[in-house]
Amino acid sequence: MIGFPILSLITFLPVIGMLLILFIPKEQSKSIKYLTLAITGIQVVLAVILLANYNYNAAGVYEEKSFQFIEKFRWIYITGISWLGNVKVDYFLGVDGLSMPMVILTAIVSFIATISSWTIEKSVKGYFALFLLLDTGMMGVFVALDFFLFYIFWELMLLPMYFLIGIWGGPRKEYAAIKFFIYTLFGSIFILLAMIGLYFSTTEVLADGTRVHTFNMLAMMNPANSTPDGILSLANPNNLRFIAYIAMFAGFAIKIPMFPFHTWLPDAHVEAPTPISVILAGVLLKMGTYGILRINYPIFPEITRQLMWWIALFGMINIIYGALVALAQKDFKKLIAYSSVSHMGYVLLGMASLTTAGVNGAIFQMFNHGTITAMLFLIVGVVYDRAHTRGLYDFGGLAAQMPVYTGFVTVAFFAAIGLPSMSGFISEALVFIGAFGVESIRILTMISTLGILLGAGYMLWTLQRIFFGPLNEKWNTLLDVDKRELAMFIPLSIIIIFLGVYPSAMLDIMNTSVNTLVNFVSGNINSITQNGL
Amino acid sequence: MANLYQSLELIRPEIVLSIALVVLVIFDLIFHLDKKIVPYIALAGIILTGIFVLFNPQSGFAFQQSNLMGKIGIFAVDTFGNYFKIIIVISSLLIILYSFSSDEINKIQDRIGEYYALIYGMILGMFFIISATDLILIYLSLELMSLSSYVLAGFTKLRDRNSEAALKYLIYGSVSSGLMLYGISLIYGLTGSTNLYIINMILQTPNANQFTLALANVLIFAGIGYKISSVPFHFWTPDVYEGAPITITTYLSVASKAAGFALLIRFIKTTFVGFSDSLGNWQLISSFDWKSLLIAISILTMTLGNFTALWQNNLKRLLAFSSIAHAGYLLLGIVVFSNGGLLAILIYFFVYLLMNYGAFLIVMLISNKTGSENIDDYDGLGYTSPLLAVSLVIFLVSLAGLPPTAGFIGKLYLFIALVDAKMIAVAIIALLNTVVSLYYYVRIVKHMYLNKPTEKTLTVKPNLFNTLLVLVLVIPVLVFGIYFQPLVDWAKNSLTILGLM
Repeated sequence: MIGFPILSLITFLPVIGMLLILFIPKEQSKSIKYLTLAITGIQVVLAVILLANYNYNAAGVYEEKSFQFIEKFRWIYITGISWLGNVKVDYFLGVDGLSMPMVILTAIVSFIATISSWTIEKSVKGYFALFLLLDTGMMGVFVALDFFLFYIFWELMLLPMYFLIGIWGGPRKEYAAIKFFIYTLFGSIFILLAMIGLYFSTTEVLADGTRVHTFNMLAMMNPANSTPDGILSLANPNNLRFIAYIAMFAGFAIKIPMFPFHTWLPDAHVEAPTPISVILAGVLLKMGTYGILRINYPIFPEITRQLMWWIALFGMINIIYGALVALAQKDFKKLIAYSSVSHMGYVLLGMASLTTAGVNGAIFQMFNHGTITAMLFLIVGVVYDRAHTRGLYDFGGLAAQMPVYTGFVTVAFFAAIGLPSMSGFISEALVFIGAFGVESIRILTMISTLGILLGAGYMLWTLQRIFFGPLNEKWNTLLDVDKRELAMFIPLSIIIIFLGVYPSAMLDIMNTSVNTLVNFVSGNINSITQNGL
Repeated sequence: MANLYQSLELIRPEIVLSIALVVLVIFDLIFHLDKKIVPYIALAGIILTGIFVLFNPQSGFAFQQSNLMGKIGIFAVDTFGNYFKIIIVISSLLIILYSFSSDEINKIQDRIGEYYALIYGMILGMFFIISATDLILIYLSLELMSLSSYVLAGFTKLRDRNSEAALKYLIYGSVSSGLMLYGISLIYGLTGSTNLYIINMILQTPNANQFTLALANVLIFAGIGYKISSVPFHFWTPDVYEGAPITITTYLSVASKAAGFALLIRFIKTTFVGFSDSLGNWQLISSFDWKSLLIAISILTMTLGNFTALWQNNLKRLLAFSSIAHAGYLLLGIVVFSNGGLLAILIYFFVYLLMNYGAFLIVMLISNKTGSENIDDYDGLGYTSPLLAVSLVIFLVSLAGLPPTAGFIGKLYLFIALVDAKMIAVAIIALLNTVVSLYYYVRIVKHMYLNKPTEKTLTVKPNLFNTLLVLVLVIPVLVFGIYFQPLVDWAKNSLTILGLM
């Protein structure tokens, strides 16, 4: 379809940029910034090219031949170890309707975050080098289809993130950075164990007829590939699939972050510099839910069906708990951080419904939350840059002082509340439609709708506290948004409103795949007739 | 006589080592005024040995003892042994190169001949330990290695801590080797032989006194456990590592540990394993429960090592505890009693060599300048000495076992072996340990990058030689993390331990 390995390019371009940056003398901070902007800009262009060549009717999910832009090479192949079986790791990239929205989101958010990073003055070279490495890790997670590769990208993000929070962060940055690091590593060791277990339970027949153990995710989804005595094989009556599911789910849930694993998030967000908060909320949190959809759901469909109610329960807790805690915040950034917890709850709820509408809503909500929360954190960043405080009670009447800014704030806040004609409304509505249709989780869904009310509560109250009322005389020197900030707000606002008015633009991308995923996980697709892996 | 000729052919690397040792001593005596040439002789000797190891006939027994049960001897040359010998050669080569630029070693130029001669004594001892299949030879070679290392630990005499280290090392060492000797005598009393193969034959018919056998095994393990610094024989490690010259610390943490592990594996495999089935699982013949003992010891070792390392402020001491923890991980490879576990150990050891040597090299280069290994002296180092700091971060990340570094591959194969043996609980404990270890490794990173440079922070600019040395270690750590095929293929071809089967 496209004459060049576009997924490798979009993934590894930032690494090339990082190496180039290492050769630029550190005095030339302007050229470093422009180089990063160019790299992330090219990523956006590549994402557009991907979208232009994207086949809306290809399902993907479990079927290799309907994945798009596939790149598959043998990476590691160790033969002749009879007791371990032959070992094979593929370099296997591809996108389908689950990952395509995330690839677009990553490209956009990275680009916006680069613009937002323009104010970074301290160790510019190191900052942008790490930023680009982080970018590669994020993009890689969304395009990798080999579990081993996925895991490497997953872990690749940890160290850059540690430094970005730890060096460029706020007063308690050291604590926040190590907390983030330890929490996420703690989660990923469980993913690692489940990955090794799956590896031993899956064999793949190669072209020459030999059977090899494999890390190929798609092979793991096909029960025909499981070895009879593997510890995670369906055929093995003593299998540990349930435990492995929980372990992996917990690993991903830490990233989401799902209650009760959410405590790292407020710390990381409050201490991280604005662009890193944007990345964190915009992309990193989505990796958790993406991982569950990509790996937990199709590899363990029977357990997913069993645990639907529990996933919905945690979704509900996230929604209500996040919103209640957000109501109690006095710090603007912390409020947004907790609103993130609440909004990621909708994703969980939608996923738990296991209906096309619900899962569509979940993925759409991932995308929307990525754009909306990115904008919210940028908004916090703008006011913090000028006033050097984030206290919600320190302000008042800013609407008169910063009218343009207030306009964008209103767009973002209403989108977060879920006002019709904004993208957030569509995804939340889909989640509720999907979840309400399922008998078993109807009560949970009804309770969850309270989250919208609470969300409106803290958002409007914040709007009132900061922007309305009499102007605090202390702030009568604050300037309205400048051109650079407009360059961040305008594209995000356009996306938010455009997708609110014309959601099909995004829903059509994922619809075929989501449908297939839902049918696959519900057991409606006969596993024997799969792609004959 | 034919037997002797054949034996000599098999032990060519050891012969080269002995000749090099003699040449070294003679040169040191003749040119005692200008000793510049001595290190180069040491270098040439080790390279030559390496060549002989690589081109050694692949397997066979030297010094055949008995024809009772086919050909068995007291010295086995096999691919397993050669793998470990290569590890010893590489680490010796690196340690000689380290000694060129170590301040501590340069201060004792007048005694440099003895220094290298003693290192050669250790190498020779380790080579024999790796191949020995007779308890007497095992004991003798262990003593050869130990005596040389006792002296080396206190060799520089620059600080009081040197002498303290040497004395502690000697006392602990003597006790544990005494215990081991007692164990050997018990085994001899039970079986009437010191040859591991004959002992194996006798143990196959279980009529020995089980309690005595268990006692003997535990006692022998004491001697080996001391070398690999496993709990509860680890007490010497932090003090000796901190007090000894840093080149010797590095050497002890890798080479002598490698020899200890090679010995432990060969001892258990040849003495207590009847056969290995088609899946590569080793079947224990003796009723002595090696598995439970080793699981308990390895979990204790890694947990204690990691948790104690959390509180350390001296980097040598911190790395000492980290090396105790790594011994615990490595023991897990033996615990699974399978070829998969052995493969994991071989891979892990090579990776461990690279990353541990790398970390110690950076610590040495920094302490050459600052004269201390205190963690506070690393404040802000990331901003003044970028190359060293970035390399140290890579080594530490690799030690913590995060991708995309070689350390992850080592851990991955270890956990693959554990999961394959269905030892999930042990795997989880080990993984939780790696989370703990991350904290103290990252603590060093924090000091280098998150703390601001103070007026105390020095700029350490390594010269070209040292820069190359750092790169020689950093590049494989990254490359093997992404493309580990050659490493695994090499380890896979080195699994043969000569046995009766």
